[in-house]
Amino acid sequence: MEDILGIAEKKINNRTFIGTGKFSSFALMQEALLAVGTDVVTVALRRVDISSQKDNILDYIPKSCIIMPNTSGARNADEAVRIARLAKAAGCGNWVKIEVISDNKYLLPDNLETLKAVEILAKEGFVVLPYMSPDLSMAKRMIDAGAVCVMPLGSPIGSNRGVKTEELVRIMVSELSVPVVVDAGLGKPSDACKCMEMGCAAVLVNTAIAISRDPVNMAVAFNEAVKAGRRAYISGIPSGEITAKASSPLTGFLGRNV
Amino acid sequence: MIIRINGKNEEITNSINLADFIKGKGFKERAIVVEYNNNIIPQEDWHNVLLQDNDVLEIVSFVSGG
Repeated sequence: MEDILGIAEKKINNRTFIGTGKFSSFALMQEALLAVGTDVVTVALRRVDISSQKDNILDYIPKSCIIMPNTSGARNADEAVRIARLAKAAGCGNWVKIEVISDNKYLLPDNLETLKAVEILAKEGFVVLPYMSPDLSMAKRMIDAGAVCVMPLGSPIGSNRGVKTEELVRIMVSELSVPVVVDAGLGKPSDACKCMEMGCAAVLVNTAIAISRDPVNMAVAFNEAVKAGRRAYISGIPSGEITAKASSPLTGFLGRNV
Repeated sequence: MIIRINGKNEEITNSINLADFIKGKGFKERAIVVEYNNNIIPQEDWHNVLLQDNDVLEIVSFVSGG
């Protein structure tokens, strides 16, 4: 049974989006991406270090991947828009993950500036995926402004604390008609599985894979968890009960007087 | 003349076009995007831009990121 995720005009098979940060080498990153067969990969944009020319990261990302540049470094909407336009000029497509952060301690996104960036970039024809703090009304505004999905955080970037925002994400999944992709803070495969069981469309994972002892194997573990969670969700997870419900008939017991 | 490239001032003795300047720096042309005085200049137009005093260049490329 096909279970494709449609975002903009793309048909996405693999619901484990992977960030390229923090890997010990581009070669290892490439191995992890290939092992998973991921469809969506994030990159950042920075000034070139004139004194030391490094390898081109694009040479290590499978050609079949959708490249989603983030606007990390942006502290407001104007900076995010500027970064997005530069990223688009690199010629790798028009997807952009809007990331606007002025909080250096928790790296929590600024939803208001993110919304402003969504409005501008969606009008310019970008496929806009905003990274945001889970907030249903803000998510609705972003969607009205042209966001094709929303990406609420699970917990702070790089914290590996899991889906601390579970209840708010659950509400978003229930009320929104666009894909909800949990991004940031997922620390272990069961976190990703939980997101998918809740009905999220996909997850974006970076740190927990890149800094593990065996990133390739960890990437596969995350992907298997995403697949398990998704399969469970579409199979219809039974709701929890307070009291027990016996699994065998309550009659015909041996040694009982009838 | 002085131009500002990636936040640092640099002295250029002779007038030079953007394409030659980038080539001279040894950048991998296919991997970079250039913003010249707040305008993105496509690679095919680099040779049309003559650097002037006080020009501001931002030369960026993709790096790792989540």
